Amino acid sequence: MNDDEHARSTADAVARRSYGKLVAFLAARSRDVAAAEDALADAFAAALVDWPARGLPRNPEAWLLTTARRKLIDAQRRRQTVKAAAPELDRAAELLAPAPDEEADDMKIPDHRLALMFACTHPAIDASVRAPLILQTVLGFDAAMIASAFLASPAAMAQRLVRAKAKIKQAGIPLRVPERREELAERLDAVLAAIYAAFAEGWQDPVGTEPARRELAEEALYLGRLVTELLPGEPEAFGLLALMLYADARRHARRTQGGDYVPLADQDVELWDDALIDEAEALLVRASELHAPGRYQLEAALQSAHVNGRRLGRVDGSALLALYDALLELSGSPVVALNRALALARVHGAAAALLSLDALAADTRLADYQPYWAARAELLAQTNARAEARAAYGRAIGLEPDAAVRRFLQRRLAAL
Amino acid sequence: MQYMFLVYTNEKAFQAIPPAQREQAMGAYVAYTESLRKAGVLKSSDRLRPTADSTTVRIENGKSQVLDGPYADTKEQLGGFYIVDVPDLDAALSWAARCPGASHGSIEVRPIWTMGS
Repeated sequence: MNDDEHARSTADAVARRSYGKLVAFLAARSRDVAAAEDALADAFAAALVDWPARGLPRNPEAWLLTTARRKLIDAQRRRQTVKAAAPELDRAAELLAPAPDEEADDMKIPDHRLALMFACTHPAIDASVRAPLILQTVLGFDAAMIASAFLASPAAMAQRLVRAKAKIKQAGIPLRVPERREELAERLDAVLAAIYAAFAEGWQDPVGTEPARRELAEEALYLGRLVTELLPGEPEAFGLLALMLYADARRHARRTQGGDYVPLADQDVELWDDALIDEAEALLVRASELHAPGRYQLEAALQSAHVNGRRLGRVDGSALLALYDALLELSGSPVVALNRALALARVHGAAAALLSLDALAADTRLADYQPYWAARAELLAQTNARAEARAAYGRAIGLEPDAAVRRFLQRRLAAL
Repeated sequence: MQYMFLVYTNEKAFQAIPPAQREQAMGAYVAYTESLRKAGVLKSSDRLRPTADSTTVRIENGKSQVLDGPYADTKEQLGGFYIVDVPDLDAALSWAARCPGASHGSIEVRPIWTMGS
């Protein structure tokens, strides 16, 4: 490897490991996330010139931070008018004051990433931009990549990200982890929801043909781990991480070699990643020891019940039903009610489950929801209502964007 | 940072409540204003006369147009404002939530545009 390549790969490694930490530190007081990102981008560019020529610094992270701060202060000086100089200079001084030692090998940059995530998911930030904002500011994803992962236009995504960062600065949204217990619980929910949204987007590419999405699921897992490390007393953070790990453990079992969809009940247990499942189980135990159940813990517990049911060859339907009941009480979500109906079918049969689905039929949120029609079709088939089952499969097939799942549903329809 | 709380309430509904209750409601505003002042965050505040007393002016094609009434007809009307100076949006929101108007109307929290930023 020549010097240029070496500098580039070191810069890439630092970027991967420390991007969010550096942005969070640079923006902690000013709340100016965009300026911090710009300064950091300049610092990375400077590194690619400086490092091959003068050799790698002892502590590349500290070098980047020092350079970025200098760029930030330069930019502030250029911007300010004489009149506004005083407070701006104070801020510049603040930025310089707690300078970590660039030469020290064990230099520690204070970690404000969690505070940055809380700012990105502040209730004053539009809910749909929270997950993209975290991906950009904490992980350094560019707008085009985020846009492709969330199926949005790059220009529109870029604009929404710029607007959200401007809002953090102009509306004075603090980079701070809430201190009051109730507030923390409430706000943590938004952080976890954003991480889960990122994971779900990544999860939608089961065969891993789209690198942007595959990476998204991995990065969501990274963020999930980060939150559990920074907030070790929050059972819901453990629950979310466990939930994502259960799903990730089954990644390779979701499709056949030929790319066909395989439902959970038919998956080859041998293809599951046991290490990930064990980690998820351990997390669930740790979460339960904190005695504060919540949505993510319940969803993870459901995954655990499914996984262990498959491993033992017998799924405990009434345990599933009890978990869905608890989850439904907590969330009131029609999607949970739908899954509860499927658990009900295991315990009390398809006819009882269909009755409970009928109660949901009026919910307009389910009218265009593929799994609702697929579940309905499956249950109707079990009760030998063939014509109705056929119609329901037709609806499900028409609503499904994934070709592999469509083929699966078409095979079920043909088998009627 | 400085923020303006724009207090939007339904002025007709407020005028319709019995005098004793209205007095109580006014008392709540007085107490709230006082607590803002005691906390040292209040820059200024005022109540506005009802929109019926409002007049809107604009110049179109060099001609001034004067219209009776508020700028926009809405269900809730701007009835007053507070300007506070607090560290950040969270502090502003926690004060805004205590404003009696938040219970019978809405409070819009707007940062004040400071020169040079």
